[in-house]
Amino acid sequence: MVFLGGQVLPGNVGRAILGPFADQRAVDTLNHTLGVDRPLLTQYATWVWNFVQGDMGTSYIFRSPVAPFVIDALGNSIKLAAVAFVLVVPIGILSGVVAALNLNRPLDRIISLGGLSVAVLPEFVTGIILVLIFGVWLRWLPISAAWPRDSGFFTQLYYLILPSLPLFLVLFGYIARMARSGMIEALDSDYTRTAVLKGLPWRTVIWRHVLRNALLPTITVIATQTGYLIGGLVVIETLFRYQGIGSLIVTAARGKDFPMLESGTLTIGIVYAVATLSVDFLYSVLNPRIRLGSDQ
Amino acid sequence: MSAVQTTSPAPDDTRERGPLAEVLFSLLRSRTFLVGLAIVLFWIPCALFGEHFVPYDPLADDIINALAPPSTEHWFGTDQIGRDVFSRVIVGSRDILTVAPLATLLATVTGTALGLLTGYFRGIVDDVVSRILEAFMAVPGVILALLAIVALGTSTATVVVLIGLSFAPIIARTVRSAVLTERQLDYVAAAELRHERALYTMFVEILPNVIPPILVETTVRLGYAIFAVATLSFLGFGIQPPSPDWGLSISSNYGMISGGFWWTVLFDALAIASLVIGVNLVADGVHGALND
Repeated sequence: MVFLGGQVLPGNVGRAILGPFADQRAVDTLNHTLGVDRPLLTQYATWVWNFVQGDMGTSYIFRSPVAPFVIDALGNSIKLAAVAFVLVVPIGILSGVVAALNLNRPLDRIISLGGLSVAVLPEFVTGIILVLIFGVWLRWLPISAAWPRDSGFFTQLYYLILPSLPLFLVLFGYIARMARSGMIEALDSDYTRTAVLKGLPWRTVIWRHVLRNALLPTITVIATQTGYLIGGLVVIETLFRYQGIGSLIVTAARGKDFPMLESGTLTIGIVYAVATLSVDFLYSVLNPRIRLGSDQ
Repeated sequence: MSAVQTTSPAPDDTRERGPLAEVLFSLLRSRTFLVGLAIVLFWIPCALFGEHFVPYDPLADDIINALAPPSTEHWFGTDQIGRDVFSRVIVGSRDILTVAPLATLLATVTGTALGLLTGYFRGIVDDVVSRILEAFMAVPGVILALLAIVALGTSTATVVVLIGLSFAPIIARTVRSAVLTERQLDYVAAAELRHERALYTMFVEILPNVIPPILVETTVRLGYAIFAVATLSFLGFGIQPPSPDWGLSISSNYGMISGGFWWTVLFDALAIASLVIGVNLVADGVHGALND
């Protein structure tokens, strides 16, 4: 599908690169060099075969192999996503749990309403507002994600705080809401009542009985947000001029650099599939019913 | 969603009102809905008639007064070629408020038709169509959008069709599950006994009964459509220059905020934020009123 979108629909690739005023002979020559004048099926077979072997083709714009660009960008994107995830998962779950334990009190209202309002805003809008507050007015954080060459782990982390915040805010709302509703359901259940009635301390009830059951649906939500996070990365990386996979495909799309665009897109697709699968696996490990079965 | 509902249980005298009046009544008592409606009702006249009452032409440049900070003359300051930011923010509502509702309309019509078909016929039709829709929903939307836009070229029509078609499966899923419930009811069996044509049963008998979930889903989708249009415009693949569109303005001005020219982007960002939150509050109010 990615291949069809990138290679077939644009029509004349040579024309797209050289512009509408180029000489027809030049267009034909370029098309031949790029191999786009061969039959579609041949092109498709070559493309799949090369991709599997790690050869992602040659960038139309940089005139050099695509693979190093894609791999570097993917690494950078994973760094950014990791910072956002490491921040959002514990804080989001904690807020949801706190909200549920203070159900309908002001603290719950603030967490639920605040989480919901920031989650519906486009990332670049929250991004711009955060940049203005922390980067331009307070001058606490750098407004670009491009750290100086050879900076260490902590410097890189420092540069990544601001870009990861908009991603944090979008994910925070969803995760906190799921954790909250999971908690409310678990607190309301028969096993919680039993645990309380048999005289267990409240702390034990929460830790051993409620949390375990409440957080399962939250994990599924985190999984479904991977696709969302990828969309967020595209926007955030563009906003902060960060050399990640998202800004890579945006640049490729603007420049009609199809091999770059296709490889970037396919790489994202693979990452997405792997993420979804591994969360399915995690879910089965954490689900007590499934664990019970494997212990026997 | 329940977190922000402010509607209280309906009083005992609801018997005297029809179902429509009851919904309207509970909408008007919902603070969430009213606040959202006020915000949306502020932007609609701006989109329709904005250019007639703004102090400056939103497209007229004035290089001498470029990058002027907010003052009594230019309330929101001027941008890098001296265009009045206040006028641009007001008129900038037009394109997004054209494209997003059109896309939502397309999504609702397509999604409702698909949902009715799959929910009514079930069986093979349902299996095939549902699998295809699921495949579409599995691909991250932005990726699909970028590929399609590069392939088809950037135009307002492309953006409408793209957002409309990518939201249609979600609406189809909602409609389908509502239709599956309705299908069990006696009035559908009665229509079938009368040998009504399938299309008649679907659109005349079932459709009016599944309007509430469609309405909720449509208002929610409108919020996401605004989100999507703004984001695409920001990336340069949505609304095109010289429109004073908000996302587009931010994308052409944010490069300079390190110089302290905050007014060139802040007001556009706040405008998008207010519209998105307004539509979401309306959606939440509608959801609350129809599910009481």
